[in-house]
Amino acid sequence: MVPHFGEAKSHGGALLASPMLGTCACPLLEVRPSRGLVDEKFQIAVENLPPAHKVTLHSLHQSEDGDFWEAFGFYVSDADGRVTADRHESLGGTYEGVEPMGLLWSLRPVPGSRTGLRLRKKHVASPMVVCISMYEGHVSQRFGELVALACAVTERWYMGPGVRRVDVREGGVTGTLFLPQGPGPFAGVLDMWGGGGGLVEYRAALLASHGFVTMALEYLPADESRTADIEFGYFDPRCCVCISGSHVHPINKPILSVFEEIKENFQKTRFDENNYLIWRDVILPLPSEPSMKVDVGRIRCPLLVIVGQDDQNWATVESAEDMQKMMEEAGNSHLLTILSYPGAGHLIEPPYSPHIRASNFVLRGDKVIMLWGGQTKPHADAQEDSWKKILEFLQLHLYHSQDPAPLARL
Amino acid sequence: MSRRQPSPLLSVQPCRGLWDEKLCITVQKLPPGQEVTLHSLLHSEDGDFWEAFGHYVSDATGAVRVAEDASVGGSYTGVEPMGLLWGLSPAAGSRPGLRLRKKDVCSPSTIHISVYEGHVVQGFKERKALALVDAERWYLAPGVQRIEVNEHGITGTLFLPAGFGPFPAILDLWGGGGGLVEYRSALLAAHGYAALALQYLSQKEMPSVGNEYFEAAFTFLQNHPRVCGNKVALFGLSFGTSVSLGLAAYSTVIQPRCLVCVSGSHVQPVGGSLADIFIQFGKNAHKTRYDDQQRVIWRDLLLPIPTDPSQKVDVGRIRCPVLFIVGEDDQNWPASESAEDMERMMEEAGKSHLFTKLSYPGAGHLIEPPYGPHVRASNFITLGTKAMLLWGGQAQPHSHAQEDSWQKTLAFLERHLYGVGVTAGL
Repeated sequence: MVPHFGEAKSHGGALLASPMLGTCACPLLEVRPSRGLVDEKFQIAVENLPPAHKVTLHSLHQSEDGDFWEAFGFYVSDADGRVTADRHESLGGTYEGVEPMGLLWSLRPVPGSRTGLRLRKKHVASPMVVCISMYEGHVSQRFGELVALACAVTERWYMGPGVRRVDVREGGVTGTLFLPQGPGPFAGVLDMWGGGGGLVEYRAALLASHGFVTMALEYLPADESRTADIEFGYFDPRCCVCISGSHVHPINKPILSVFEEIKENFQKTRFDENNYLIWRDVILPLPSEPSMKVDVGRIRCPLLVIVGQDDQNWATVESAEDMQKMMEEAGNSHLLTILSYPGAGHLIEPPYSPHIRASNFVLRGDKVIMLWGGQTKPHADAQEDSWKKILEFLQLHLYHSQDPAPLARL
Repeated sequence: MSRRQPSPLLSVQPCRGLWDEKLCITVQKLPPGQEVTLHSLLHSEDGDFWEAFGHYVSDATGAVRVAEDASVGGSYTGVEPMGLLWGLSPAAGSRPGLRLRKKDVCSPSTIHISVYEGHVVQGFKERKALALVDAERWYLAPGVQRIEVNEHGITGTLFLPAGFGPFPAILDLWGGGGGLVEYRSALLAAHGYAALALQYLSQKEMPSVGNEYFEAAFTFLQNHPRVCGNKVALFGLSFGTSVSLGLAAYSTVIQPRCLVCVSGSHVQPVGGSLADIFIQFGKNAHKTRYDDQQRVIWRDLLLPIPTDPSQKVDVGRIRCPVLFIVGEDDQNWPASESAEDMERMMEEAGKSHLFTKLSYPGAGHLIEPPYGPHVRASNFITLGTKAMLLWGGQAQPHSHAQEDSWQKTLAFLERHLYGVGVTAGL
């Protein structure tokens, strides 16, 4: 019986099947854990290769929308015939260096895909399935035509075991509540996404997997047809995490009027060389009138502000600086922590999510491609570091603060 | 601790793992020097509750790390990273003679891990835990395919690893309990082997299959398009060991690449059928003993190890490596005595280099993949009769034996089926 990889096609003039591997001693590829939370690291280990052997590690994922995403790294086995992603360097591919999670955060749509894609899980009760394969030699394209030397499948989950998902449709509120397993009492987090609208659940599911009752709130329907205001009412947060945002918006008008502001300042939008839309100038220069920005000097709780220095969508870096100035003047700057990441863009998401520099966006019924910014590697580092700090911040202020305010009981 | 105290942070990683993967359980943000109880609870498919607990004291930083800290009481003592799993035992008031065996390998078992204040020994249900986290344990890894096999006269379940392979394969043979036991094969597939769990014994009747049945199963594996035909092993436990040794020594049709034999014996009428082994047991039924709880001890039924060559497999004929695993407290089969005799026979035949024995003090008969609960005795049905069999072993040494032997079994299989570490010894 001829082993399958003995029949691999040649590519670029180089024969891909190695006579040394033409026996049945196929290499062993393991991914541990095989089922992890999306923010857990995995270990990819290969053994039983010949020493100093060139291989490509490849990841493949088919999204819920049916698109294929892939990433790959070039490796050379060591003297023991092993490749271990957390010790060995990738020498090229979609990521380089010692990057154990590179096969996830450098995922990108396969050649020939639709343009402007963004990878976002809608159904959080099921895992993201990623197939990790190993190919002979250093290969950078047409993986679909090759036979892998070995492969393994790993599941990435947003919901930990025991986390419950509850639809909320009451009191005029639309959202999804995620409840950790256990007796409680739990601290709660209200999770609000951005101008894209709709109900985005995955971050809330992940926060619940870390012990927070979290509600993902829909406050902007995806089609932006709602014009009603959001009532703030009584709102006394214990702490606040703000990612890629700004304090700049008209405070005496409905919050959704910020879209009107954008329209009025449309001449400030720019386009890059690919004709992607850059919005960062729309709120620049930052206004000095108090009616045009939140008076952050009034804030009484710890505030974690996270910005990417290459954010092309919103002037978040400038806003963070202005907020710092305002809070220093008001004497509450001890509440403010700014995490500012060089090379990171606007979409700072849970760790190991693929970096999206630009993607489709629907603006008042028109389709555009929005430039979010960021370079893949620094953006991935920012996602990993900021998530760790977000969890520590929430743990500290919600569970371990000396403030005696009671926790909610379910 | 009052309600206003910060809640401790309980973390269990990985939250979803395979049964043979280690768990890392830590508690943080406790007051230093705080007595706590870590508790595990599992609700089995059969509806029974299994639980375990360990008593710990937090360190100066307010942390308990189960992998590093000693339990000072409970279901286990000492530094036992996996004690909350292997220490599981039926909750008070459960039906007697239970054994934890997962039938549906496609779904996980959920273990509820909790932290309680103080050193608690009972009544966990009535108390409020400080924290609780669920952990899932799986037999089936992502990407592994489960295929029911009912062809060529054989009945079994095949587990194939992800990918095209070709993979080395294992014919997986359980013991006298009969039926179709899938979980070990599922785990072997997670480690890169095409594994066929074979049904060959029923609980009600005498076995009717002969060598041809096993040869057909082995050949089915060999010829499978995703299997490496010259890399097929036999893996037997208890009765399955009898079958494996007989095939390896006498079959003219199959040549296993290597054998893993757990808790078994070479004692059987040569040239006889499986039914003949049962009959042999039956003839010696008067040698059955009972312990102080009237539990059945069968280890003497094959003793003394016969000197008559027609009464035991001529293991000197075996041409492939054999890993022979025994528990020294096996109360069901005379596995230790058999192992000694086999060692002698292989030495006389000049084959000692093929034979590796792993012998575990304090381990009983049921040496299974690691971290499942140790069961010293349980209900057993054979030939339609129910008995409470004494398997033997004490929880701690038995569980260590399961962990150690599984690691060595996987290394042995990798060496002989994948060619890993060929320059290093086992």
